[in-house]
Amino acid sequence: MKKKLVSVLLCGAMAMTMFAGCGMKSSSGSGSSAAKSSKSGKVYYLNFKPEAEEAWQDLAKKYTKETGTEVKVVTAASGTYEQQLTSEMAKSDAPTLFQVNGPVGLNNWKDYCDDMSGSELYKHMKKGTESFTLTDGDKVMGIAYAIETYGIIYNKTLFDKYTKTSGAVVKSADEINSFDTLKKVADDIQSKKSDLGIDGAFSVAGMDGSSDWRFKTHLANLPIYYEYQKEGETSTEAIKGEYLDQYKQIWDLYITDSTCDPKLLSSKTIDDANGEFSTGKAVFYQNGTWAVGDVAGDGKLKEDELGMLPIYIGAEGEENQGLCTGSENYWCVNTKASDADKQATYDFLNWVVTSDAGRDALANTMGFVTPFDTFTGDYETKNPLVKIANEYVANGKTPVSWNFATIPSEEWKNNLGSALTSYAAGTGDWKAVTKAFVDGWATEYAATHE
Amino acid sequence: MKRTVRRAFPLFVLPTLVAFIVGFIIPFVMGVYLSFHKFTVVTNTKFVGFGNYVKMMGDQSFVHSLWYTVLFTIVSVITINVFAFIIALFLCKVFKGAKLFRTIFFMPNLIGGIVLGYIWQIILNGILAHWNITLQYDAKYGFWGLIILMNWQQIGYMMIIYIAGIMSVPTELLESAMIDGAGSFERLKSVVIPILRPSITICTFLTLTNGFKLFDQNLALTGGEPAKSSEMLALNIYNTFYGRVGWQGVGQAKAVIFTIIVAAIAFIQLYATRSKEEQM
Repeated sequence: MKKKLVSVLLCGAMAMTMFAGCGMKSSSGSGSSAAKSSKSGKVYYLNFKPEAEEAWQDLAKKYTKETGTEVKVVTAASGTYEQQLTSEMAKSDAPTLFQVNGPVGLNNWKDYCDDMSGSELYKHMKKGTESFTLTDGDKVMGIAYAIETYGIIYNKTLFDKYTKTSGAVVKSADEINSFDTLKKVADDIQSKKSDLGIDGAFSVAGMDGSSDWRFKTHLANLPIYYEYQKEGETSTEAIKGEYLDQYKQIWDLYITDSTCDPKLLSSKTIDDANGEFSTGKAVFYQNGTWAVGDVAGDGKLKEDELGMLPIYIGAEGEENQGLCTGSENYWCVNTKASDADKQATYDFLNWVVTSDAGRDALANTMGFVTPFDTFTGDYETKNPLVKIANEYVANGKTPVSWNFATIPSEEWKNNLGSALTSYAAGTGDWKAVTKAFVDGWATEYAATHE
Repeated sequence: MKRTVRRAFPLFVLPTLVAFIVGFIIPFVMGVYLSFHKFTVVTNTKFVGFGNYVKMMGDQSFVHSLWYTVLFTIVSVITINVFAFIIALFLCKVFKGAKLFRTIFFMPNLIGGIVLGYIWQIILNGILAHWNITLQYDAKYGFWGLIILMNWQQIGYMMIIYIAGIMSVPTELLESAMIDGAGSFERLKSVVIPILRPSITICTFLTLTNGFKLFDQNLALTGGEPAKSSEMLALNIYNTFYGRVGWQGVGQAKAVIFTIIVAAIAFIQLYATRSKEEQM
């Protein structure tokens, strides 16, 4: 009998594990039943940003109330968008509106992207923002709705304190316009860290999954950008790695003038870096406009204490280099949806960028900078880092475009990240990084294009 | 009586059969089908023959993760079962608090794998910080970290099964063995363990398949770092599926091979231990 009991228990336990762990957040606009609006078309948005989930649900409700069109918003858990999209697309009730992250993402979803060039949304794009679309020949496959910028964020209060120390390399952060100056300043700050009451010049370059994208993707953008500039390319099958020495310089700087032993980087998270920077334990922090909420606010830095520097790596002509500006969020309309659903989706998008509720949500609640001409006055961004980014452009600096979107695969980034971590820990050498960068590019390009 | 039951046989089998078809047969057949295709979305596929399998063979990380998984499984099956058995023997003795201890040992099993992975990552990194290294420093730390984690999680579960087995050993048998002059070790070896064969079968089966299928804990603890060297099979499949555009089919091909390996090993193991049970 006992044996039977055991086996019954075991079966029960197995059954439990089968059902556990598959939860997904979903809710649809209130006051609408599928039957009621089946004729007029429905909108189903698979949202990429978990932090904007609430705002989108809100918008969906408002739109349903105004027009009667059903809008369903589902948000994928952080880091699982591709997985979610893959499974949702296989359903008969697939998303009508989804996102891709750039040319490589588009390559995967090209068959599902509608040509948006005739849409109202496209007509609302400001002049000079053409680069914020994804195109395939004449077709507009994706339109960016959030433009973001990254660089080296710095703490103005601490920096002022440093400039007043004896023998300070610079009098003001404006004087930093090259890698050499940046390195001198950082080295000097590092040597005076106890005087300044900090743990290091740069906040920790964490290589945990929550933080490694800052280096394997965002920092790697700079050597890619300069090579593309030099070669006059916009993408490539095989990267040469002409600026890898500069990539090494900046990485060495990040891990040496740091708050943390480079051997421990693999366990350091984005929270560690945010914590150090927002409590004034580090002067510099490589991150972007989206990080304002993490470093400024109650118990953290004040918004006017934030400054931002371009990431200088030591390339020629970098005095005129600006911040890195681009987008990783493109809206795409599912071309396989029914015509009624497509129309409903275009109407919804147009409403989002023209109505007060929509503009308020995008600009103020979600804090996005958009490429659309309807965002003026109250709907201009209040993000301090975005303002800094705009100043750089106004001062004639050239923004660095986001070429990391041309990286052939996630695999490439992961391999580069591992190599950077090993190099920092001393278990691997720089050759492995070069190999992951150059050879890896060719391998991954070949593996994903055939 | 027996005939009525026999006639109702389909009725009893039906729910399990339906669950088995929906939960295993259909996904497996679809999986095999997809492994011969190139696809992004499972409803829109292109036939590529054995292309995915050819690519899979050329992927060194797959071979590495296969051996790594085999090694992990061997070590974890041995350690988990040995420790679980020793603890079960100990907790079968009647003493105050024995039941409390059983409960406590069982509890880790109730925590989800991802959570456990992160908790142990913090603990182990905290310890390794003394030597200024982390779990991702070298594959061996990740390996032993995972062994510790799995032991901690599964010993309690296996222990319960062993306790149930030990409890069912008739006391008369033990007494008569004692009268015949068998020492405590001999009683264990010649009386308890043979009677425990069914428990041993089920425990080795569970630990073996758990070891092979391990995913959550691997993902959370090291994520395969450094450079994929602590990546086990299931994680390797997952990374293949999502790591490269257009490689979903290759991931699927790996998954098919994976299923075949796990099923084969499980059958061989069940057959081997079952045949020993029958000898008694």
